[in-house]
Amino acid sequence: MDLIGNGLKEAFRLLLHNDGDVYEIALRSVYVSGVATALSLILGIGLGATLAFRQFRGRFVALTLVNTGMGLPPVVVGLVIAILLWRSGPFGGLGWIYTTRAMIIAQIVIATPVITGFTAAALASLQPRLRLQVYALGASRLQMLWILLQEVRLPLLAAIMAGFGAAISEVGASVMVGGNISGHTRVLTGAVLLEQSRGNFGAALALGIILLAMMIAVNALFTWVQLGVRRDRQRADRTADAGQALPLVQPWLQR
Amino acid sequence: MATALNQIRLSVRGLVVRRGGRTIVEVPALDVADGEVLAIIGPNGAGKSTLLLHLAMLERPTAGELRFDGEPVRGHALALRRRTAVVFQEPLLLDRTVLSNVETGMRLRGVGRGERRARAERWLTRFGVGALAERSSRTLSGGEAQRVSLARAFALEPELLLLDEPFSALDAPTRAALTEDFAAVLAESRRTVVLVTHDHDEAARLADRVAVMIDGRLRQIGAPATVFGAPGDAGVAAFVGVENVVPAVFVSRADGLFTVSAAGHLIETVTETHGEFRDALVCLRPEDISIAPAGHDWSDSARNRIPGTVRRIVPSGADARVEIDCGFTLTARITRRSVDDLGLAPGSAVVATFKATAVHLIRRS
Repeated sequence: MDLIGNGLKEAFRLLLHNDGDVYEIALRSVYVSGVATALSLILGIGLGATLAFRQFRGRFVALTLVNTGMGLPPVVVGLVIAILLWRSGPFGGLGWIYTTRAMIIAQIVIATPVITGFTAAALASLQPRLRLQVYALGASRLQMLWILLQEVRLPLLAAIMAGFGAAISEVGASVMVGGNISGHTRVLTGAVLLEQSRGNFGAALALGIILLAMMIAVNALFTWVQLGVRRDRQRADRTADAGQALPLVQPWLQR
Repeated sequence: MATALNQIRLSVRGLVVRRGGRTIVEVPALDVADGEVLAIIGPNGAGKSTLLLHLAMLERPTAGELRFDGEPVRGHALALRRRTAVVFQEPLLLDRTVLSNVETGMRLRGVGRGERRARAERWLTRFGVGALAERSSRTLSGGEAQRVSLARAFALEPELLLLDEPFSALDAPTRAALTEDFAAVLAESRRTVVLVTHDHDEAARLADRVAVMIDGRLRQIGAPATVFGAPGDAGVAAFVGVENVVPAVFVSRADGLFTVSAAGHLIETVTETHGEFRDALVCLRPEDISIAPAGHDWSDSARNRIPGTVRRIVPSGADARVEIDCGFTLTARITRRSVDDLGLAPGSAVVATFKATAVHLIRRS
């Protein structure tokens, strides 16, 4: 119990004095995972829409891969990306190994299948003919996708949360391709790992608490948006009820 | 009524749709004239909806060419789609307000904001749902939603309007009311329309021409009176409700009156079928047959009279369908009151009578 108490105390101390550059590390975490999630969103929506709408050879294989990818072991991802970006590897010339770029790539590989899976499931749950109807209204392919994404805005927000959660909480790949270099590629998860290995349980716990608090903040934001959508719907429904009652009232009001 | 002078709005040549090695639709030629209402009728699974999706340029055929206003569709589908509108069986509204639903298509077609609003309100009002404009589409009843779907299509002011069983998912009173409104709108706005339906009444009521589709092929195209009164083959006859299709052989022809023989009974007809033939099919609608008790005193000589025995009486609403064994089976549709008045029961000896003009002959080759 002492450990937890000390951890909390340590967390406050770290936050108060910005010891060990905790803000910088936290910001880097948000930056790396935020960029990775944004890029994964573009990729995931494209792939998800393809899986949901297109009939093609190998669709079964693709779906299986995406479903597997939703629980991809980060260590394997890290290993493969590290090999690819290694100085003597095929993309070694880029010089991206042990940079935040490499970490972003690793997190894209982890988050994209999650967002793809959510998007495909959400779009596939729409009536198949809705797509034809939207085309018939005069939509181009991109306009059709944009309109249908608005139809699935709630599950899509869930996809963003799941993708961001997978990216920011992952440690193996980021450390392997980023190198966990202080002031350069160290993110919260890597910092927790390091402090724990040094026996600094208090600092590790403090960083863990900060990570959790950040994830809660981000998810709270998206949940708030989700609820806002739902609230608007309910308001529209209530207006509907009021609208039905109106004809009874109006004639009296007009006199 | 479409005339030869009218411009062809949409033309189909050599259309073939194959799926999984099976030919679903095969239409060698079909023209839709400007301003006409063409109904495509046929049994379930005949390929009507598939044909409509191709006419709407929403799917690419296995083979064949589609031209819209003489322009080939291939490569220009998006631009040409923006001159048409489609109403499906389900309303297929977006999860937005009613007004936004009606405006979405116009926005995609670059209609200005003010014009959009004006058209949306005009057509919502025209279909009796103007008061629902601010409502969320999810709160509408089935009938209301389909009215919005129709308003959305008309607000696009399409040069070609395609409808796929637009009323069939609605309950009977709603369907009747909406068909009524739709007919009125069509009458005042003279649009080019292709309507897929399995409802004969709807087709007869709304269409200038009726095309009968069976097993992926258009078996007959013509005025409703022709298709329903003089079906071109036994399949069409069966579909359009000519339940009595009896094989017969040619006997004689004199003064425009054909005489054929079916199971030994002579049947006279004034059909327009010309030329030489030996084998024929006699087509008779059940409602054109009346029933008299055997031994009735006949003064009306213009009638065909065939004696037989009642085999079965099946109630059908206010009417009853009486199956009579005359060597072949004739089904007559008479009121249930008549059944009681005549004291009909299985085994009763009766005479089935029908006018020579009620008989339609199909040549059997």
